Amino acid sequence: MDKLLNISPSPHVAGDYSVKKIMYGVVLALMPTLAASVYYFGIGAIIVTAVAIISSMLFEFLIQKYLIKGETTIFDGSAILTGLLLAFNVPSNLPIWIIIIGALVAVGVGKMSFGGLGQNPFNPALVGRVFLLISFPVQMTSWPIPKGFDTGYADAVTGATPLGALKEGLGSGETMSNLLSGIPDFMQMLMGNMGGSMGEVSAIALLIGFAYMLIKKIITWHIPVYLVGTVFVFTGILNYFSPEQFASPMFHLLTGGLLLGAIFMATDMVTSPMTPKGMAIFAIGIAVITVLIRAFGAYPEGISFAILIMNSFVPIINKYVKPKRFGEEVNNG
Amino acid sequence: MLKTFKKGGVHPAENKFSANAPIVAAQLPKVVQIPLGQHIGAPAKALVKKGDAVKVGQLIAESSGFVSANIHSSVSGTVAKIDNIIDNSGFSKAAIIINVEADEWEESINRTDEIIKDLSHSPETILEKVKSAGIVGLGGATFPSHIKLMVPPGKKAEVVLINGVECEPYLTADHRLMLEKGEEMLIGIKLIMNAVGVNKGAVGIENNKLDAIKHLTELAKNYEGIEIVPLKVKYPQGGEKQLIKAVMNREVPSGALPIEVGAVVQNVGTAFAIYEAVQKNKPLFERVVTVTGKSIENPSNFLVRVGTPTSQLIEAVGGLPDDSGKVVSGGPMMGKALGTLNTPIGKGSSGVLVFKEEEAVRRLAQPCIRCAKCVSVCPMGLEPYLLMTVAENKEWERSEEERTMDCIECGSCVYTCPADRPLLDYIRLSKTTVGGIIRSRNAPK
Repeated sequence: MDKLLNISPSPHVAGDYSVKKIMYGVVLALMPTLAASVYYFGIGAIIVTAVAIISSMLFEFLIQKYLIKGETTIFDGSAILTGLLLAFNVPSNLPIWIIIIGALVAVGVGKMSFGGLGQNPFNPALVGRVFLLISFPVQMTSWPIPKGFDTGYADAVTGATPLGALKEGLGSGETMSNLLSGIPDFMQMLMGNMGGSMGEVSAIALLIGFAYMLIKKIITWHIPVYLVGTVFVFTGILNYFSPEQFASPMFHLLTGGLLLGAIFMATDMVTSPMTPKGMAIFAIGIAVITVLIRAFGAYPEGISFAILIMNSFVPIINKYVKPKRFGEEVNNG
Repeated sequence: MLKTFKKGGVHPAENKFSANAPIVAAQLPKVVQIPLGQHIGAPAKALVKKGDAVKVGQLIAESSGFVSANIHSSVSGTVAKIDNIIDNSGFSKAAIIINVEADEWEESINRTDEIIKDLSHSPETILEKVKSAGIVGLGGATFPSHIKLMVPPGKKAEVVLINGVECEPYLTADHRLMLEKGEEMLIGIKLIMNAVGVNKGAVGIENNKLDAIKHLTELAKNYEGIEIVPLKVKYPQGGEKQLIKAVMNREVPSGALPIEVGAVVQNVGTAFAIYEAVQKNKPLFERVVTVTGKSIENPSNFLVRVGTPTSQLIEAVGGLPDDSGKVVSGGPMMGKALGTLNTPIGKGSSGVLVFKEEEAVRRLAQPCIRCAKCVSVCPMGLEPYLLMTVAENKEWERSEEERTMDCIECGSCVYTCPADRPLLDYIRLSKTTVGGIIRSRNAPK
């Protein structure tokens, strides 16, 4: 016997799972949303997405190669995903140079400064998005009106998002019913025919992606369901007591970045809790902060801030919310 | 809805290639190496010396403590020497080496095929025979069986739970035994029930062994009190605590033994060995071993004498294929990789698996992406990612707080980790260290 055999501790078999598969699985789940963005916003959607993805990968490459001087992992799917999500969180007419800055902040500050994949406490795409929102408020809130390939890129005709229109209108003393009549109906919202960030408009496309990720077991149902459920209940209560002041729960579900945030941003594995119970706390926290910002805050939309705020609670949630240990509290009654 | 345990678990590819291969007796080896430590606990004390003639079934080493077991010769011949050999743990340990000269059995052993159904033995007789036959848990843990049959004072056994789950992929030894020795096994279960004084027995079998479930259900009609329980396929259902949860829906408290919830758990192979010991006076010196692998020509189930070199079994299935990269003793999830193929089959060897080169090498570990898959599959409700991190940081107090000692080392976390992190390696390290700390803390001052 002259053959050398390998030795290693058990287990000797591994499942067919990999980080790459998970990342590309999420990218695939975002494809219906990309298709919807292109359908509604035309060439702008393509330009913004391409620039965001390429610059995210490029910055990750440059930082890994020249700053960290380590292995480059730009094809593990995570940089592509960050770029894609960043693109979906901005308007389709955002100037290229702003997108590039967003990608630099997302990848450079949001992810690589903490040590790269798996180390970042905050969702990188949202770090980039919020940075842009605060730095370039005008460009970040000029929303093209969806007209398919007629929308154009730099020359797009812009209008308000339903949430923005509502906030501004209510602030200037208009009545709720008046305002709602000027906004697309629920069917249009479900399909995505309204102003907004590229990736947030089409609820139906986002839900298809959600279903795909559930079937592929990339994520669990907990965060999206608790998050959306809480928003529904909370806005329902507000709406019940003061329908003139607060919009209906259905309106809140279908507008703004709620579904995009609930399905794709809050479920980011790196920045969300490890146990179902922890996920529930995390999701409910996001929902409450989102509704508070939407209903009482200065911004029309608050899910990005809400997710980032709850991201910062994840370590403490993981520390105190433990899975139920086998045999810890036994009730064999 | 089939029963199963609730928390965690994975479903690896079953690859039970040898499920239809009947058990055949392996060829007698020319030399056997019979380790003195084939069980959990103190190694047995050798009773023979160089030059002694021994027969099959002769006591050659006796139990040397409370947790220890007798060892019998599996062959007849002359003791060549008592020397250290490498066993399947990879460590050098004492073994009795015997040159095989014939196949002469102790006369007290009943070698006929007749099934003896007499159940009139007293519990004391059963216990004594199990003890003297050197029977240990054949599922792989090799805990001396007679100890499990002695219900500690203050505890009450309610159910004898027989493990026919065989949740490890590849292995089919228990499956074949259930099909071919079902009747004997049920008598063995009755004997165990009589020994611990209960009238309820249950055999948990996973639903991927429908033929065994059907066969035993049919036979069990003649054995009052024994129920055959089909279980949903899920690893690690063969873990004692998981099996009790699946079949009885009771949870063994952390740190406690199954008897705490009224269960006495034995493997199907052990039940058969107890039948042979009590009804046929046959000590434990041979067992069924599955020899298999993706490149193996004839995946087989052999009845193997203890001490037979692993290499001989591999020769018997067509030799080590050229693309082999690893040979494992036991199942793929919990078995041990062998450093040399000269290691002997012991009482706890349930299988010999040959992996191809590409299956044999671990993938490179990547950063943890905190996907929480390891947390969701842990059958003990632990957080493997955290246990690994605190072990890396040598935070042993925290390791203990996070219950590293509850880990059953099933490997589900590593199996499922998308980043291929060596979670269990670090958990083992923390278990060893924390175990030592606990022992020194409890030691009399």
